[in-house]
Parts: sequence; structure tokens; C-alpha cells
Amino acid sequence: MIWETVIGLETHVELATKTKIFCGCTTAFGGPPNTHCCPVCTGMPGTLPVLNGRVLEFAVKAGLALNCQITRYSRFDRKNYFYPDLPKAYQISQLYLPIARDGAVSISTEAGDKTIRIHELHMEEDAGKLAHDPWIDQTRADYNRCGVPLIEIVTQPDFRTADEVIAYLEKLKETLQYLGVSDCKMQEGSLRCDVNLSVRPLGGGLGTRTEMKNLNSFKAIARAIGYEAKRQIELIEGGKRVVQETRRWDENKDATYAMRSKEDAQDYRYFPEPDLPPVELTEAYLDELRQSRPELAEEKRARYRADYGLPEYDCRMITSDRSLAAFFEELTALGAPPKQGANWIMGEVLGALSQRAMEPGDMPLTAPTLARLIALVEGGTLNRNTAVKVFEAVFDTDGDVDAYVKEHGLEQVNDSGLVREACAKVLSAHPKSAADYQGGKEKAFGFLVGQVMRELKGRANPQAVNAALKELLGS
Amino acid sequence: MELRDLTALELGAAIKKGEVSTVEASRAALDTIAAQDKALNAFITVTGERTLERAEKLQTGAREAESPLYGVPMAIKDNICTRGIKTSCASKILGDFAPPYDAAVVERLARAGAVSLGKLNMDEFAMGSTSETSYYGPVRNPWDLERVPGGSSGGGAAAVAAGLGWYAVGSDTGGSIRQPASYCGVTGIKPTYGTVSRYGLIAYASSLDQIGPLCRDAADCAAVLDVLMGHDRRDSTSLPGLDSGWKGSGPRVDYGHLLAGLTGDIRGLRIGLPGDCFGDGLDGETRSAVLAAADVLNSRGAEIAPLPFPALKYAVPAYYIIAAAEASSNLSRYDGVKYGWRAGEYEGLAELYRKTRTQGFGAEVKRRILLGTFALSSGYFDAYYKKALQVKAVIKDAFDRAFQRCDLLITPVAPAAAPQLGESLSDPLSMYLSDIYTVPANLAGLPALSMPCGFDGRGLPIGAQLVGPCFGEGTLLNAAHAFQQETDYHKRAPKGGKPA
Repeated sequence: MIWETVIGLETHVELATKTKIFCGCTTAFGGPPNTHCCPVCTGMPGTLPVLNGRVLEFAVKAGLALNCQITRYSRFDRKNYFYPDLPKAYQISQLYLPIARDGAVSISTEAGDKTIRIHELHMEEDAGKLAHDPWIDQTRADYNRCGVPLIEIVTQPDFRTADEVIAYLEKLKETLQYLGVSDCKMQEGSLRCDVNLSVRPLGGGLGTRTEMKNLNSFKAIARAIGYEAKRQIELIEGGKRVVQETRRWDENKDATYAMRSKEDAQDYRYFPEPDLPPVELTEAYLDELRQSRPELAEEKRARYRADYGLPEYDCRMITSDRSLAAFFEELTALGAPPKQGANWIMGEVLGALSQRAMEPGDMPLTAPTLARLIALVEGGTLNRNTAVKVFEAVFDTDGDVDAYVKEHGLEQVNDSGLVREACAKVLSAHPKSAADYQGGKEKAFGFLVGQVMRELKGRANPQAVNAALKELLGS
Repeated sequence: MELRDLTALELGAAIKKGEVSTVEASRAALDTIAAQDKALNAFITVTGERTLERAEKLQTGAREAESPLYGVPMAIKDNICTRGIKTSCASKILGDFAPPYDAAVVERLARAGAVSLGKLNMDEFAMGSTSETSYYGPVRNPWDLERVPGGSSGGGAAAVAAGLGWYAVGSDTGGSIRQPASYCGVTGIKPTYGTVSRYGLIAYASSLDQIGPLCRDAADCAAVLDVLMGHDRRDSTSLPGLDSGWKGSGPRVDYGHLLAGLTGDIRGLRIGLPGDCFGDGLDGETRSAVLAAADVLNSRGAEIAPLPFPALKYAVPAYYIIAAAEASSNLSRYDGVKYGWRAGEYEGLAELYRKTRTQGFGAEVKRRILLGTFALSSGYFDAYYKKALQVKAVIKDAFDRAFQRCDLLITPVAPAAAPQLGESLSDPLSMYLSDIYTVPANLAGLPALSMPCGFDGRGLPIGAQLVGPCFGEGTLLNAAHAFQQETDYHKRAPKGGKPA
């Protein structure tokens, strides 16, 4: 039998607002336990929530970018359950009237293009964190994350492969990053994903699904999907049935195991949050957000291809991060030839960043500095190899390129007399190599060029060296 | 001059003139509390030293406020947060919880120069109509110590009636200011929902709770409301003022002119008399007293016209579903983990929760949590909670129609005067039904006032209720003020807790 895997995703994304969803506390990651909280986010008796307008704005922006219908009259609801990381014993979320519904995201995989339908997008608050200390056998609660704003994006069960899931998540991540509504850092938990999966004979009705949690990387998601589909198929082929349950992915064992079954499902007793009035959006507000939408990665790639003639690979690399693309655009605006800018970014810039384990957004080097460096190469003042050395020297401090070049005497030697003189000197010092080359050994020429460059401390214009050597060798 | 016979405004005027000092008034109140509160049990916490320190400071410091209530000693219901002072909601489960912040109304009172005497006893979490469900023991009615003072703001009503302070700040979810005001012979008002910040009011039922004053008369109520009312950004249901610079939509309120608006002129005021509020189940003496009050208002130039209010019969069931549903969620945070009281011995998390909540809550609170949990459960939500919200809309609509024909309504506050202690505990359902006249105003978010309008044959006070449209506080207070210019029920004081 041919089996088909059917997958739907619930993705929680932390919004990049400075303050929490219902109070003024910072959303900064980390911090000593219980230092980023106040009476409101710790749910002290008598406190009340006040919706952060930026959270609403970010959620609506995300909804618009995912082609959703924005709910003009939406509301918050309380989801009630007891757990020590939830200090009010209810989470303020949206069930009945979520902020956005019925969206669509197009994805491309090797199998082709496809549209994933978005069921809904809603706003909610994050819970705290519990840490068990085995030494004293006590559990400690840290409420720093309580009230950090989240959006939950729920898709229809439109995925059939792990590739599609990853393509969707990459697209989602890229879109939300470009909108500036989330940094989507999986390692810090600002993008978390639950996978709902079932299997069925190709073309058949939907099977019983399981929900997988604790998927902390794209790699884990892909592996968990593979494992779970196989597990379900083996169950059914073995004459057993799939139980509707929540399963946890164990990264170390490369397996999922049952957390709780449907029978243990809680009744969350959702009801409208009486402390928050309904959210009513005007057409003018939505128009303003529509108009302020920045250019997204896909649009940038199309423009780079069309306007600059950059290859697809370059476009992807440059747009892999929003600040990298902004860096590239600044370089271009400062007069750097687009292809040169792209080469520097893909080569030296990404290399330097990865060497330092640094995010592009944290890069000390600014575009004007690199643009100047590129201009010096283009103008013939520096050769490419010397320019790389200058790049390394100024990267961490965003140093003055001209001053560095001058201080270290790195200007390219274009003086044909000097180059000729150096070539002659090298040829007389290495007569054997000269003879080898003249005897047909091409390799010897490279050696001679190297020696000339050394003589001129690497600053020579390579074309000038080639020409002078060939002339002197009579070739 | 006998200080305890003065109204809050009279005392405030005497303090301003320098005839009496804030410290003297505070000492006098603390002495009265020391002498009488063993019997009444109106206070959970008396702040003694702190009260006097505050009074001294107001006495010597520059007057930072021009409130007519500057320096007047008062008390606060124990479900309103006071920074560093125990705030228990009269529940065992909050233990010695001292909030790290002041409620918005406490800040406003402080700015107006109020002196707090302490925190007032109440029904546990404001759930009850008798102030008997308190973990700290029942409050007694100063008119008859064997009777209840009403609830849930019973401590406030008893304290003001007995002269243990010049006014009290309470809360009203289904009648919790008006009904005890009626039982104790004081004047109390629940303002329009959204006009007093709930920030720092420990929630019972968030969509119905509203803070308001219990006072000697309507003029005092107007003065206290002028202090309490106002926009607060920390409460999203708080309504903006005319001058707040608020850019959002919705109504704006002209805050701060209630006292100045008291003229006593009610000529041409149209008062509706809903026949459905004077039918079966209403005590005869109460009925006569309220109708007589309508006659007094008529004698001052108001027109009285009967009108139907058939939606009344749905109010109590709808109220108890909505209030209990919200309460079941609001009270979930009391789990022994973060603050307050925790059960002594437990194995694991589930048992910590179970034991703490089983032993920490009283019977009435547990009854309402169960009721509310049931009403919100999957499979029952539509039949109960959703239906109750529909009834709420029907009641709002009934008031809207009534206020097309009149400016305010007059009704009884409660079916009869104060019952005996213990009577209601054995029959919670009839206690719920006795809220019939007060809960409609909460469901519709309307202002409603209770004023003394007579005494029954046993010498127990009877109250009349005035209900107005949204932001009709001025109309209600002015009508009550006119009534109190004609009558002296509000001036009578209980004599040592024995019926006359």
C-alpha cells in the first residue's frame, strides 16, 4: 500500500516588542530569575491587563503578510488551567475571534510549488519557566517570560512531506524577520513548532493524528516527522491503531514518546476575557499598516535579479538575513557595483561573521567602510588580495580604510617602470624558472608572478605584472 | 460638638477651619473602634499607629489637595489593595498577604488627603449578602447585634452606621454596597461600570465589580465619588474623561462635578416605578416605606409614573451564572504556590492544589467556584454562560427602554430588613433570591444608589434604591439629596446595637 503523510503545524512566534503584551516589563531574553516581572505579569490579586498596541500592530502585520483576513472586531479569551508556571491560572489568548484567519503561504520544494492554507493567527501571552533543582528536590518558578507576547499560527493539514514543512517554516521565518515582528530564534524559543501528523492510504480519508511537541530545530522537526510517520504506518500495518495523543520528541533517542492521551485532555473552559474590551480595527489603521509594509525577501530577490542581474544563488545568500540585505542595498546605493558587493558579502563578510559566531545584525563593519574598500579596488588603488587584508584589519572596529592603507603603504603599484624593474630583478634571480617557462612549463610562470608580487610586497597590479613578465620573457 | 454626629463634609469643613484637627478626629475614631468593634467586628485590620502617623503628616504638611474631605478618617474594604497592609478578602487563603502596590482608588484617596483607619470585614471574596462568610467571623448590625449588616460590604456599612469612621469605600458586584447600606441605614452608591478604576480591586466578577462609597448621606457620597471616579490607563474597562486627550472611540465622562451639582431641585424629574419590583415576595413594611419615599420625591416636584419591568425575573439566575463563571477563573490563582496560605502537608503538585484550595476557601466561595466551573465546562457553556450573556443583553435593553420614559427608577433594595445571623447560611438559595432588586443594575452596568427611607416595626432600617442610566450619578445623588432635605432617616444613629 502507498501511504500518505498528512501534516498540520501550530507555530508559536515570540513578537519582538520591547515590552510585554499586558504590562511594561522588558521582553529581553534571560536575566536572573524573576527580575523581568511586575504585579501585572505575575498575576498579583487585583491587577489588570492592558494590551500593548505594538503587539496588536505586529500581529496584524504578520496576518497581512500571510494573506489573512484581518478580524475587524476581535477579542481575547481566557484559557483556564492550573500549572505553577501560569501565575493567574489562566492564559489570555484568543479562541472565538482571533485577530486573523484564512491566509495562504506559497512554498517551493524540489517537488514543485504549493500553497499552504493558514487556518488562523491569534495573539496570546507566554507562560513562565519551571526549573527543578535535584539537589534540594525543589522546583523553582521563573516568571520572566510570563506575558511575553506570542502569535500562534495554525495551518490547515496541507503538508505531505518534511521538505514542505521546512520550506514553510523557512518562508515564515523569513517573512516575520523581514516584517521586523520577530527575530525567530529557535534556540531562544522565539519560534516553536508543534507538528500534527497522521497517515492514510493515498487518497483515503484522514487518519488519527498525534501531536508532537519539543521540536527545537528544523533538523529535529524533519527527523521527528520521519520517525512518527514510520511509527504510525507500522502500527496500522501491524493491525494496531494509532491513539490520538500528544507525543514528545526526544532529541537524544531520536524517537517520540507519549505524553498524554486525548482522554487526559483538559477542559480549558474558555470564555471572553472580561478585563479587556474587544479590539476594533478601522480600515484606516489597516491601510496604514498595509502601506508601511517593508519589501519582503522574495520581492527583493526578484528585484536583484531584474535590476542587477544577480544570479539566484547570490540573491538567496544576500536575502538570507534582513540586515544582510539592508547592508547590500546600502553598498549599492553608495556606488559599489552590485556583483562586487554580492561577492564581498558572500565571501568575506559571511566568512568573518561565521568565524566570530556573529549574527549579521550585530556586525561592527558598516556599509560605507566596505563601499570605500570596494571603490579603492575598482579604482585600482588596491588589489583584491590586499583589500581582503584591509577588510580583516578594519572589520571589528569599522576602521578608516584610507587611513589604514596609507599608514601601511598598501597602495597598489601601477607604475609600469617599477613593475618592470621588479620583473627584471626576479628573472635574473631565477634564470631556471624563466628557462622552464620558455621551455613550455606554464607552471613556472605562476611562480615568477608570485616572486614579483613578493618583491612589491603584494601591492602590484596583477595585470601589470603579467604583462611585464610576458614581455620580458618574450612570449 | 460631637464629632461622630458630623457628616464627612461637615468634619472636612471643621478641619479646614481649624476647629478640629485631623489627629483629633482620627483618635476619636480609633477610640470608638476600640470600644465598639469587639461587638461589631467591622474591621479586619485597624492600622492605629499608621493612621495617626498619616494624620500627623497631613496636619503638619502642606495641604497638597483641596478636597472637601481632606483629613477625614475613613476605612477601606479588605478586597482593595493597600501597599504593605494586609489585604485578605476575608479569606483564609490569602493569609497575611500584603500587596506590593496600592489600588488606583487608594492612590486617589491619598492624593485627596484621606486618612485610613484600616481594612473592613466583608463576605469572603465579596461572595455573600450577609457578611457572615468571612474567615474573620461575621460582622454584626449596629442596629441589632443579633442581625446581619448585609453584604458583602457589611463591615463598611456597620462602621459608618456606628460612627467608626466617616465614610467607607466598598465594592458592589450584585448589590454589595447598596444592600448593606440599606440594612444599616446609610447611603451607598455603585457608580456606572467603568467610571472607577478596578486596578487593585481583588476581582470577584470582573464584568460586574465596581467600587463605590458608603456614607452618612448623599452629599458625602457625591464628595467621595468625586475623589474615586476618573480615568485610569491601568484598567482597560475604565472610561476616559472629557479632558483626558484620549483618542479612542466610545463614551467620555465629565468627572469631578457631582458635589457641585447637588441643588436639591428635582422639579420635573421623571421617576419610574417598576410594578414588577413591588409584587410577591416583598415585605409589606418595606413596600410602604419605598412607596412613601416616592411620595416625598413627588412632593418636591418629581413626577412618578408606573412602568413594567418584566425582565426582572431573569436577573438573578443570569447574575449567578456570570458572576460564578468569572469568579471560578479569577480565584484560580489562589493555589498556595505564590503568596497567601498553603496547606501544611502534601504529596506532589496536585495534592498541594487540592488541599490548599479545599482548606483555604470557605463553603460559599467553593460553592460559587463549582457553579462557575460547571457553567463554563465544555458541553454546558452554551446552555448556561452564553444564555446568561443573552439575558444580560435583554436586561440592558429593558433599562434602555425604561429610560426613554423616565430619568430614574425607584425600587426596594432588598425584600425585607436585615435577617437574623445564621438564617441565610442554612439557605443559600433564598439568599441569592434576595438579590433580585440589586443585580439588574450590575448586569446593565448602571449607577444605583441606596438611601435610608424608613424603619420597620422592629426599628430596623429600610432602604430605597434609585437606578439611573449610564453616567446618571448626578441625577441619583440629587434626588437622594432632595429626599434627605425632607427626611431625617439618614441622621438617625443606632443606640448601642439594641432595637429601639
